[in-house]
Amino acid sequence: MMRNIIGAILGIALLAAVGSAQKALKGSGSGEQILINGGGATFPYPMYSKWFDTYHKKFPTLAFNYASIGSSGGIKQVTEGTVDFGASDGPMSDDQLKQFREKRGCNVLHFPTVLGADVPTYNIPGIKEQLNFTGEALVGIFFGKITKWNDPELTKANPGVNLPANNIVVVHRSEGSGTTYVWVDYLSKISPEWKQKVGVAGSVNWPVGLGGKGNEGVSGQIQQTPNSIGYVELIYAIQSKMTYGKVKNSSGVFVSANLASVTAAAARASKEMPDDFRVSITNADGKDVYPISSFTWLLIPEKIADATKKKAITDFLKWMLTDGQNQTEALDYARLPKPVVDKEMKAIARIQ
Amino acid sequence: MVTLVAALTILAVTALLVYELYVHSALSRHKFGWSFLVTRTWDPVAEQFGALPFIYGTVVTSVLALLLGIPLGVGAAIFLAELAPPKISSGLTFLIELLAAVPSVIFGLLGVFVLIPMLHKIEGPLRSVLGWTPLFQGPFYGVSLLSAGVVLSLMIIPFIISISREVILAVPSDQREAALALGATRWESTWDVVVPYAYKGITGSIFLSLARALGETMAVTMVIGNDPKIVTSLFAPGYSIAAIIANEFAEAPGELYTSALIELGLVLFALTIVVNGAARLLVAGTSSKTGT
Repeated sequence: MMRNIIGAILGIALLAAVGSAQKALKGSGSGEQILINGGGATFPYPMYSKWFDTYHKKFPTLAFNYASIGSSGGIKQVTEGTVDFGASDGPMSDDQLKQFREKRGCNVLHFPTVLGADVPTYNIPGIKEQLNFTGEALVGIFFGKITKWNDPELTKANPGVNLPANNIVVVHRSEGSGTTYVWVDYLSKISPEWKQKVGVAGSVNWPVGLGGKGNEGVSGQIQQTPNSIGYVELIYAIQSKMTYGKVKNSSGVFVSANLASVTAAAARASKEMPDDFRVSITNADGKDVYPISSFTWLLIPEKIADATKKKAITDFLKWMLTDGQNQTEALDYARLPKPVVDKEMKAIARIQ
Repeated sequence: MVTLVAALTILAVTALLVYELYVHSALSRHKFGWSFLVTRTWDPVAEQFGALPFIYGTVVTSVLALLLGIPLGVGAAIFLAELAPPKISSGLTFLIELLAAVPSVIFGLLGVFVLIPMLHKIEGPLRSVLGWTPLFQGPFYGVSLLSAGVVLSLMIIPFIISISREVILAVPSDQREAALALGATRWESTWDVVVPYAYKGITGSIFLSLARALGETMAVTMVIGNDPKIVTSLFAPGYSIAAIIANEFAEAPGELYTSALIELGLVLFALTIVVNGAARLLVAGTSSKTGT
């Protein structure tokens, strides 16, 4: 008897919950609720959810649903057509573009949204200073050719720091990731050998090192392992108050990653921005530039059959490039340089 | 009738599983053929995939887990079922069954924050005693095949204990009484009569835990180091099949990569069958010798 009563109460509660959820979905009668699904990169997820939330408050009938499943996942899902838009920290390769055309019968457009950077982070007992790294040192360490912390390549860049003669332990991401893409893209620009032997992708065949899952896996591994070095996303490093190294840029200056030095990298690169926005800004020119920076992109099909969805997406892009950009710095993301915004505004017209 | 349907459903699910793995791994099977099983390279950029490092890591960690887990697990089960005072036994059994229900990610955390620091402490003594074997050489970073094996052994011990204990308790008490009546001591009756009687059930518990060890994902990936290399030393990091599938599947770009991961799933399935079959043969062999 008791059980029946409880069952009945639960049933009624469930019905009520479903009812109110449906009501919420339909909105207060001011037209159909539009739901736009997207997924991909995890790095810009906090930014995107803030944008989508603000935008939803502005236009209550419009809801964006973003799943942070990772960059490769975003590329895969948008190619399969299971989401309305994808998102990635690395641009799609020519092969992937071709695959997209074959499957979907149209092109996919890249829209840069914000900027990010990778930073080298390390744990050497007794060393609290912000170390300097040359590109060659990072390549050597991740190739397993520089094996000791007191290697000349490292001591030369860090005068006055007493680097120990201990073996270096390398830590990298264990799963495919946009953070890895940016990191190896930079290493490839410094070293043709890296480009040829290891290559550039979200996950690669690492010559040396331990794998940690996610930024938190890598940083956890580094904290637990003396004499280790790895790379994490800049925002993750800032928010978890980690020490990270400066990296020497192509003008020979050791630069610390921050909003200004990352934006500077984008500003330099934006002068030669290709029409499809697929550009790598690692190792960009300029003495104030942080060299391991990157755009992150929204991937949007050129043809969107559903007219309401098309309008919703293009309107959102316009808002993201104007008002949306003002929200970036509060969340530690570097905003897009003005020339890039102007160029993207024009590109929005290509969505049909 | 209902039970028949239930049984057939299980069979159908298994068949479907194998079929799906087989079909979706077609791309990789055609490209690499049998060499997939013996290739050491795992290079997503060059699209060269081989399963050997993962098979190695899976087998080594599971064997290590059994080596550590069987003596502890079976010993504890004998103690709880035969020797411990009932009050202690019921209390401990409750705790052990609780341990069996702990999610694997918790075991992973335990591995990272408790076990690895402990292993760092015993690394020195271990080296001085066993350092001459190839199994305990090279640098020790904490995450390693050894850590994964130890964490796995902790995860399977509750299984071995709780099943073995039930089986030992199920041994008819006239067996014990007969042994005692013949003048056997408590320990002799336990070791020479009760344990051989429960032999099949105890090995059953070991198979079950082996299956868990082979397929364990989360706890292993947190402590194994995720480095697809084959190194003899247990101090070295490695990678297991389940761990790479979990790490890479959602983020695998390209169809060949996905297909290779699915083929790894098929390999794990086959590996489970082979290892279980081998273990069963081993049991059949030993039990015919002891005559039980």
